[in-house]
Amino acid sequence: MNASRRMLPVCCVCVSLCACEREARTFPAPSPPPVPASQEIAAPARTAPPASGPNEKNAYAMSEGKRLFHWYNCAGCHAEGGGDKGPALMDDVWIYGSAPENIYATIVEGRPNGMPAFAGRITPEQTWQIVAYVRSMSGLVASTAAPGRDDAIAAHEPESRSERKPPKDAAPPAPTP
Amino acid sequence: MSALLPAGPQAAHVAALWDVMLVVTGIVFVAIVAATIVAVARARRGAADAPSDAAGATAGEQRSHRIIWAAVLASTVLLAGLVVASAVTDRALASLPTDGALRITLTAHQWWWEATYEDGGVHDRFTTANELHIPVGRPVLFTLAASDVIHSLWVPELSGKKDLIPGRVAPHAWRADRAGTYRGVCAEFCGYQHAHMALLVIAEAPDAYAAWAERQRQPAAEPADDAAKRGRDVFLTSTCAMCHAVDGTTAQAQRAPNLTHVASRRTIAAGTLANSPANRAAWIADPQAIKPGANMPPHALRPEDARALFAYVDTLQ
Amino acid sequence: MSVATTAVTPPSAHEPERGHAGARIVNALATVDHKRIGLRFIVTAFAFALAGGVLSGLVRHQLAAPQSTFLGPDAYDQIFSMHGTTMMFLFAVPVMQGMALYLVPLMVGTRNIAFPRMAAYAYWMYLAGGIFVYAGLLLNIGPDVGWFSYVPLAGPQYGVGKRSDFWAQLITFTEVSSLLIAISVITTAFKLRAPGMSLDRIPLFVWAMLVTSFMIVFAMPAVMLASTELLLDRLVGTHFFNPSEGGDPLLWQHLFWFFGHPEVYLIFMPALGMMSPIIATFSRRPVVGYPAMVLSLIATAFLSFALWVHHMFATAIPELGKTFFTAASMMIAIPSAVQIFCWIATLWTGRVRLTTPLLFVLGFFVILTLGGMTGIMVASVPLDLQVHDTYFVVAHLHYVLIGGAVFPLLGAVYFWFPKITGRLLSERLGRWHFALLFVGINVTFFPMHQLGLDGMPRRIYTYAAETGWGPLNFVASVGDMITDVAMLLFAVNVVRSLWRGAVAGPNPWDAATLEWAVASPPPSPNFDEPPIVGGREPLWDAGGIAGRVRGLAHEPPEALVTTVVDALPDHRYALPQPTLWPLVSALATTALFVGSVFTPWAVVWGAVPVGAAMTRWFWPRRWEYRQRIAVERSP
Repeated sequence: MNASRRMLPVCCVCVSLCACEREARTFPAPSPPPVPASQEIAAPARTAPPASGPNEKNAYAMSEGKRLFHWYNCAGCHAEGGGDKGPALMDDVWIYGSAPENIYATIVEGRPNGMPAFAGRITPEQTWQIVAYVRSMSGLVASTAAPGRDDAIAAHEPESRSERKPPKDAAPPAPTP
Repeated sequence: MSALLPAGPQAAHVAALWDVMLVVTGIVFVAIVAATIVAVARARRGAADAPSDAAGATAGEQRSHRIIWAAVLASTVLLAGLVVASAVTDRALASLPTDGALRITLTAHQWWWEATYEDGGVHDRFTTANELHIPVGRPVLFTLAASDVIHSLWVPELSGKKDLIPGRVAPHAWRADRAGTYRGVCAEFCGYQHAHMALLVIAEAPDAYAAWAERQRQPAAEPADDAAKRGRDVFLTSTCAMCHAVDGTTAQAQRAPNLTHVASRRTIAAGTLANSPANRAAWIADPQAIKPGANMPPHALRPEDARALFAYVDTLQ
Repeated sequence: MSVATTAVTPPSAHEPERGHAGARIVNALATVDHKRIGLRFIVTAFAFALAGGVLSGLVRHQLAAPQSTFLGPDAYDQIFSMHGTTMMFLFAVPVMQGMALYLVPLMVGTRNIAFPRMAAYAYWMYLAGGIFVYAGLLLNIGPDVGWFSYVPLAGPQYGVGKRSDFWAQLITFTEVSSLLIAISVITTAFKLRAPGMSLDRIPLFVWAMLVTSFMIVFAMPAVMLASTELLLDRLVGTHFFNPSEGGDPLLWQHLFWFFGHPEVYLIFMPALGMMSPIIATFSRRPVVGYPAMVLSLIATAFLSFALWVHHMFATAIPELGKTFFTAASMMIAIPSAVQIFCWIATLWTGRVRLTTPLLFVLGFFVILTLGGMTGIMVASVPLDLQVHDTYFVVAHLHYVLIGGAVFPLLGAVYFWFPKITGRLLSERLGRWHFALLFVGINVTFFPMHQLGLDGMPRRIYTYAAETGWGPLNFVASVGDMITDVAMLLFAVNVVRSLWRGAVAGPNPWDAATLEWAVASPPPSPNFDEPPIVGGREPLWDAGGIAGRVRGLAHEPPEALVTTVVDALPDHRYALPQPTLWPLVSALATTALFVGSVFTPWAVVWGAVPVGAAMTRWFWPRRWEYRQRIAVERSP
């Protein structure tokens, strides 16, 4: 009886601690352009990305990341995370590092062997949303905030159910100068 | 927008049924309220402490029962009549002739309408968004689909509504018999910007419609001045081409409204803003200020790039 | 039978000393008195109604002018969804069940409700569910997809975060609570009636609650199933509503509305039951046509299960099928019409006293009838296709719910307040309350009919000035403020009367049913010697109370179980005594339900404390057996 009585306040505390970040819906605000658009379209971003992924406890951001993953056809090379021409994203192998800033750099700058540079084509906020979603595919984010299943053919288990696959990072490469 | 100002047969049938129901239910309502008021006003008011009357009033009981039965019978007959009227209207709605109908595939998205005109052959198809032109007097047959959540198409002056449900396609037909501009809305709660998901249906004379359709089939015109050309480069190399299509360019994404002829529409942002250069610029710069939660991100462009882009969009007539 | 001479004293935990503050709290938490539990339901429900009213005030403030920036779409979506959810699940049904819990045992002449510990558990589950979802609202996890939460918007892909899970689990809390109360009411009404109160002598309020409770038993499982499937889809990735994997978004609508249509009748029917005693008392004659009234209640209940597709007329369901539901939706007006005509006949042939309860009842005749007329309109498929999901429907539903349920409920509060508290509410304030509320409701909701016909859809957080919807919205918002003033007067009336109201005797209205035969407020147990009933109006009929049941024990408190149809005495039944285990079980169940929003393992691990608490609850006690043996008498 005492255990049940104590569980309720503990649950409340957990809920409250988790809720604020998870449930915030922050619609994007305009920001000054970090990337010159037209003349330097072929060159990757040179600005250093912010320190850490801001979205890994936020359900709205990861849901937007999932939407953009499909809209921007990431699945065209990475399939639904299992990999095709591009490497798998839902496993524990991270060629260029699993930290949010590594993934951000991968998307913005591109990588050898076919990963395009999306600098200037995807806004920084959207990129961070995709970063968080990609990390959710291998269970590296809060599971209560990770997206549930798609209303689509079930190509993989829901990200909220994926077991945590700790990254087998080699020393991640420094961002290309 | 009014369901009682029909511009076509579907809405007209319903408006006629409304008139019948209003009269019948109005009479019934007045009768019941009047009976209640009279019952209270005329009922013998006893002294406040007069005893209550379990066995009394049985004399009038038979008469009460007969009147109640008569009233119930009358109500049943009236209701049956209304059921018949409803069924008759249903049949009228279902018997709209659809020979030679203009076929449109309408797909609802959060929070805009995608329309693909399927009239004629494969090469005559074109896709537009949020604004439909239809010829007066010719039926329009929709194939309704939804890409994400349930929406509902409702243009009150033309027809009742029909839901667009993911996983199903549904037919829907109407005809405009009067030229005019008819506003429709999404009538099923579909998320943050359900309030700003309107569409315009412009019914015009058949040759005006044909001219509009022919213009819609054309790809985007080559921009004339350098600013617009530079704007096209900005369009194709920044975030715009990731979601929008402009026929005649390499931008062929299908996730957002087709912009080939966006400057010729009367509104933008699914009926939220009047389509003017200033509004287009404001929308492109910060859509979240106008439709918070919409899927279009704010655009961080350098001022000269932004100006060029706006100049290009202005040419998409 | 005679009372035992040796009473067995139960352990001291169950008989705390009077006057000790801690003991009083334990007493309150452990009570199994139907009057205290029922009153808790009623007071809690009105508290939630206040919250729901605040939310609707915010909605009206936002919509009073075009392009208002008072609320953004995210806040507005949570607020309107919580308004509907609160009013439907946390106010309307629980308050009616609370009235039933309080009044049904008194009206049938027995000492307590059947299964009182289960009723206590049901209250705690209801309270826990309400606190749970409001905690969600305060933490930005408020449900934001409307009170009927359609998929796919509420589903795993588009329903982001835990908001829809909180909504779905609230359903679980409240449906468990409602189902258990329904079982208690059915059992009480069938098996615990005073001897001589045969089925054709049951008060019409008890009939209404009996029929309502049966409807609950058949309707609630559909929504429990739907909400569980939604939780499973969201939490573990099942495909009930996923069309790509064989599911269907329409499955949600069918399951929800199969419950949802009877739900509105669950709210309406108890109010119909409240109308009858009020009209009878203030016409000073029994209601005309008792058999017709009872059969109308039963017919309405059956028919209400045949209407649900009328919420889905705009979907791609075959037209012929929809027409069936048009016919059924119109035909259900007939039993309600029978009742209305019988009441009018009662007033017509009676001697009317125009008191506040009767004023509210008369308000029903105007407001509900108007709502019923628009109901007949929306029952028709073609007309519904124009007004579905517009403010026309908002107007219709508020007219029928407020006119059909809230007005009779308020009349019932004025009517039974003296019985419950021992004091009368002020008639003067009551008349002002009625007048302002009547005006306020009409000013708020009548313009919405026009707004719907003018194209204003439901659930929009703002609208453009060019639509022309501004002026009528402004009028509606003014009406909402008038309604707020009216309900403020009501609150003032209640608070003042609790302290300074005129003291009421057992039967200040000279009413006919058994609850008016005991003191105000009723003692515990209700009846020291329960009555033997000899007529339909026990306090009016000559020989209405034909005797007294003597010899029922007090330790254990006993009730007389009678047969279902003729209420012949059958056996003595030892009623359960105060215990904390329903509260403990409710806390354990709450932990299970709350946890299972976040992880499926909560169902497994959470079942352990629930099982333990309930086992301890039901485990027989030695001292209970000793008590019962002590009062046994051999034939």
